[in-house]
Amino acid sequence: MTNTEFTLLVGGGSLFAGFLGAITGLGGGVVIVPLLVLVFGVDIRYAMGASLISVIATSSGAAAAYVKEGYSNLRVGMFLEIATTLGALTGAFLSARLPSSRIAVIFGIVLVASAYFSLRHKPRTRTSDSPDPLAVRLGMDGSYPTREGPRTYHVHAVPAGFGVMFAAGSLSGLLGIGSGALKVLALDEAMRIPFKVSTTTSNFMIGVTAAASAGVYLARGYIDPGIAMPVMLGVLGGSLAGTRALERTGSGILRKIFALVILALAVEMIYNGLTGRL
Amino acid sequence: MAIAKRRWTERQVERVVGNLLDFGVAASTAVLLAGAVFFLARHGGSAPDYHAFRGEPASLRGLAGIVSDARSLSGRGLIQLGLLLLLATPVARVAFTIFAFARQRDWTYVAVALFVLTALLYSLIASRA
Repeated sequence: MTNTEFTLLVGGGSLFAGFLGAITGLGGGVVIVPLLVLVFGVDIRYAMGASLISVIATSSGAAAAYVKEGYSNLRVGMFLEIATTLGALTGAFLSARLPSSRIAVIFGIVLVASAYFSLRHKPRTRTSDSPDPLAVRLGMDGSYPTREGPRTYHVHAVPAGFGVMFAAGSLSGLLGIGSGALKVLALDEAMRIPFKVSTTTSNFMIGVTAAASAGVYLARGYIDPGIAMPVMLGVLGGSLAGTRALERTGSGILRKIFALVILALAVEMIYNGLTGRL
Repeated sequence: MAIAKRRWTERQVERVVGNLLDFGVAASTAVLLAGAVFFLARHGGSAPDYHAFRGEPASLRGLAGIVSDARSLSGRGLIQLGLLLLLATPVARVAFTIFAFARQRDWTYVAVALFVLTALLYSLIASRA
C-alpha cells in the first residue's frame, strides 16, 4: 500500500467512524483505534496518538457551537477539568509503562462497557429543586435555553463527580480516547445536571482533557503525521456531518448496529491482546 | 443590576470562547491540508510502515523541531505544525478564561483555571524525556 492509498482509505474509514460516532453519541475515537490496529495493522501507540488528536478536533469543533448557544456550563467544566487533566497525565504516563498487549485488553474491556452503556435504557436525569451548598459556593448552578425560555437547574454531588472525572481523564490518557460517555455519566447521573447541558459540557471538557495527554504522547513519538492527518480530517468531517444529520433523524437502530460493531471489535482486541499478537 | 451585568459578561465570554475554538480548528485544518499536499506530492508513491513502533524522530516531537521542519516546507513538518495548532486551541481557551474570570472578579475560578493551565503546560513542556 502506498502513502496515498493509506491516506485515502484511512481518511474514508475515519469519516465513517466520525459520522457514526456523532450520530450515536459515542464519539469517533472509540472505533478509530481498533480500526487502525485490526484493519490497517498500525501499532497501537500510533493509533492512540492519532485517535487522541481526532478527539481534540471534534470536541473543539462541536463545543464552539454549543458554547455560543449557551448550553455548556463553563464553571462546572472548568472546575472538573482539574480532575480530568490530572487523570489524563496519570493515564498518559501509565500508558508508556504498560506493554501494548495489556493496553489492547484494557481497551477491549472499555469497548464492551461503551457498547453496554449505549444500549442501556437511559434513566431520566433526576433534576432537583433544592440547591447543594458546595455547588452554590462554587457558583455552579446555571440555566440553559429551552423553547419556553431559559430554565435554571441545581448542581449536586461535586465530590462524586470529581472522582468519576478523574477516572474518565485517566482512561482518556491511557487509551487515547475522549471517554465522553463516562464524563456524561458523572455530570448527568451523579451531579444531576440536565442531559443536554451534560453532553455539551462533557464535549467542552474533552478537548482540554485530551490536550493534557497529547503533550505526553507527542513527546513520546506516538503522534505520526502520516496517520494523524487522515484520521483528524476524516473524523472531524464525519462528525460535523453526523451532528447535522442527527438533527433530522433519530438514532435507534443505528445505535444498536454500532454497539454490535463495537462489541465485535472489543472481542478481537481482547483476543489479540491475550494471545500477544499486538 | 449587578446580576444583569454579570449575565451579560457571561454571554460575551461564551461567544469569545466559541469563536476562539472555531478559529483554532480552522487554522489547524488549513495548515494540515497544506502539509498533506506537500507530503503526498513527495511521498505519495512510497509505502508506509506503521506496523512496528519506532517513535517519531526527535524533530517531530517538540516545538522547535516542528517549526523548523515546517519552515522548510516538509510535508510531515507542516502536518505536525497543524496538529500543534490544534493542541494549542484548548490551551488558549483555558488561558482566555483566566482573563475572563479575573474581569468578573471571580478569584476562585481564576485559581481553578490557572491550575488547569499549569497542568496543560506541564504536559507540553516538562514531559519530554
